[in-house]
Order: sequence, then structure tokens, then C-alpha cells
Amino acid sequence: MKPKVAFYWCASCGGCEEAVVDLDEKILDVANAVDIVFWPVALDFKEHDVEAMPDGSILASFINGAIRNSDQLKIAKLLRAKSQVVVAFGVCAQLGGIPGLANMSDAKGIFAEVYRDGVAPVRLHRENGHSLSLPEFFDTVVALDRVIDVDYYVPGCPPTPKIIGDALGALLGSNLPPKGTVLAPDQALCEQCPRKDTRPEKLLLKELKRVHQVVADQQTCLLAQGLACLGPATRAGCEAMCIRGNMPCTGCFGPTSRVRDFGAKALSAIASVIDSNDEGEITRILEALPDPVGTFYRYSLPSSLLGRRRME
Amino acid sequence: MSRNGRGFEPRIVGFLCNWCSYSGADLAGVSRMKSAPNLRIIRVMCSGRVDPSFILRAFQLGADGVLVAGCHPGDCHYQEGNAKALRRVLLLKRMLRDFGIDEHRLRLEWISAAEGERFAAVSTEFTEQLRALGPLVLARRAEVA
Ligand code: SF4
Ligand code: FES
Repeated sequence: MKPKVAFYWCASCGGCEEAVVDLDEKILDVANAVDIVFWPVALDFKEHDVEAMPDGSILASFINGAIRNSDQLKIAKLLRAKSQVVVAFGVCAQLGGIPGLANMSDAKGIFAEVYRDGVAPVRLHRENGHSLSLPEFFDTVVALDRVIDVDYYVPGCPPTPKIIGDALGALLGSNLPPKGTVLAPDQALCEQCPRKDTRPEKLLLKELKRVHQVVADQQTCLLAQGLACLGPATRAGCEAMCIRGNMPCTGCFGPTSRVRDFGAKALSAIASVIDSNDEGEITRILEALPDPVGTFYRYSLPSSLLGRRRME
Repeated sequence: MSRNGRGFEPRIVGFLCNWCSYSGADLAGVSRMKSAPNLRIIRVMCSGRVDPSFILRAFQLGADGVLVAGCHPGDCHYQEGNAKALRRVLLLKRMLRDFGIDEHRLRLEWISAAEGERFAAVSTEFTEQLRALGPLVLARRAEVA
């Protein structure tokens, strides 16, 4: 019997699902090697099908997306019970991801912003003896390992085909990596960057620039050109795709294993290259970063030390 | 120690550079200068060693204020450490504001080994300032599980 696997999406954009499909013909190898028993985006199995399975009967569940409502929480727990291994797939499941930036507000604030004076959703609606309900929308978005036990992490927004292929290889191979492993190289992106030789040993900048303000040179280190590239703080494994597209790293592979708080590390890396000892001048240079939280915690706010904004 | 209302005693974590501010604190102590007892001192080799995550960790674990103190500009034993601390603290203060935390809860000071009096004054003044701000109430960790 082929091992059973499941895929599920929580608070996510669909990019992680797309990434699985992007495996192209490799997806056929995957389909040949395993039995996909649950994958709402592609196959017509239902929640009750999973409920009917014995506990632990699924070899691995790949869950992408953060946890932001009660429905996602319920399915995450269900899949945990039915699976031997749970993989947090993609940075939203791993660290909270882009949906986690909602932690700068709360349910009330978000609903007020989105629906204004329009018709806001109702959690429970009854009509003629029938009822319709919606999941509870939480105040705070959390990463997957805040609600269930997670065995492995596949980073990225989304994970690249190579990272997914390597992860599957590691999981189907005979030597399972230790529990809790992030299945990507444990070194900074700069180490694997094609431009790393153009990054000066001691980098100091009088000015930071935003991407729309410059036409960046295609060969030189982007940080050396004044763009806030987070490569020094970010885990490698993406094959420097953004850099190859002439865009600075925004940190979607999260931190290396020695770093507890990605944003603090990234902030430190960028602040350190500022070439001034004068408070006024430093402040002026830093104006090129209008949104520090969104810049440094773009993918990791829920799993940061502070976790969310403090609401009045 | 009461955490609210009258009698609130702020908890302060102070990261002091070994070469200057720590000695300054020591001098204040041996000279029996009066200063507020609220500061818990952590000795570091240089203010540049204070990673922003140390500061966030202190707040997360219940500090109402964090003091980073190092050698005066030009006097850092590792040349650039205090300049790096300045750049990081300025950026971190902006970020704290966005997190809903008053930036005055983080303070950077240059205190030399000879400035025992200044150390005493800074720690007393910071304590008073935090007393006025009140306890730092962080967002409760989400209870979803
Ligand atoms: S800072 Fe960015 S562009 Fe420069 S070497 Fe590192 S990853 Fe490459
Ligand atoms: S040695 Fe004192 S601040 Fe660097």
C-alpha cells in the first residue's frame, strides 16, 4: 500500500498550492509514490472522509497558511491526529507569513476597515428553521506550531520546486532529519548569492533607497546599492530568485536556526550599515524605511518575540 | 512589588558596557551615591553587543523599561560598537512605537567609568519616567489553541 499524504490550506494566498502544482512532471512521481487522501484545492475529498480515517493512518500532512480562524484550527487538529508527520509548508504555516501582518490590528479593527458602513458578516444566521454559520475570526494570527505539534518546516513564500523536492526526498528517505528541522540550508542567503563577491567586507551607506527610486545595477550587491536587502539575515535555499530578478530579499525563508527573532536580526543588519554617528542624520537616512514592522517582520510577525501590536 | 496603581515599582533591565558604564555603576555603588534600586544590571562587553532581540526579550519577559549604556562616542573599546548601538536603538525605537510601546521605555546613554554620579542620576530619572508611564502591558499571547 502506498503511503497516504494530505495537503491543506489555512490562512494563505494559494501560492503554496501553486508551488506543488509547479513541480510539473515531478508531481506525477509524487502521485505515483503516494496516495493523496485529502487536498481540498485539487481533489474532492471531504472533512468527514478524514474524520473516518484511523488516527495516525496518514503518513504526512502538508499544511500551508497561518491560523486565523476556528475552522483552520479545527482541521489542523484533525490532521494532526490522523498523521504521523505534520509539515508546516511555506512561511505562513512556519512563522505566520503575510497574513500575520494582521496582528498590527485585531478582528474589530479589520472588520471596521474592510466593511466600513457596509454589510458585515454575521457569525450565525437563522432563517425559517435553517441556520448558516461562519468560523470565528480570531484577533490574533498564529503560526501552525502554536496550535499543534509540528514535525518539520518547509520555508518560503512559496517554497521553491527544489526545496519541495529536497524536502520530499528527505521525508521519503530512510534517514529522517531530527524533529523540528527546517528543511533548507542553515546559512544566510548572502552565502549563496551570485552577487556576494561584490558585497564589500565593511559596508557603510550614507543613503538607503526604496526599490521604486532606483534602477538597480544587475551585477552589484543590492545592499551595497542602498537597497534594504535582507539577505544577511535570511536563510538560504531560494537560489536567490529575487536577487536574480534584481529585487532585494524580503526575508521569506525566515531566519537561520541560531536566530530567535527574524525581525530583530534583520533590523540589526540594516541599521549596522548606516554610515553616520549623528542622531539627526541617522534618523534622516532611516526615513527610507517608512514601515519597519512591515519591512523586517513581513513574514514572521506572529512568531516574533512581541507577536503583535498592543491595542489600546 | 505592586504592578499597578500606587506604589508601582518599574522593572528596568540595564545592559551596561563592561569598560565604562558598568564601572560607572560600580563607582556609584562604592561611593554610596543614592539611586533608584529598580535597575537590574546585565554586564556586556560593549553596547554594540546588545542585539535588538535582547531588548525585545526583556520587554517580553516583563521589563517596563530597558537601558542600554555604553562608552562615550569615540571611546568604545571596539571602535564602532557604540555607534552601531545608536543606529540600532534609533531604528528599534521607531519600531516599538509601531508596536504600540512608548519609545521612551528604551533609553540609550553614554556613561563613562568616572561618571558614577551620572549613572545614579540616569537610573533615578529613568525610574521616575517609567513610574509616570506606568507598567508596560503587552498584548496577551493569543489564546486560540
Ligand atoms: S545583501 Fe542581498 S544582494 Fe547583497 S550579497 Fe546578500 S543577498 Fe546578495
Ligand atoms: S566598549 Fe563600551 S561601548 Fe563599546
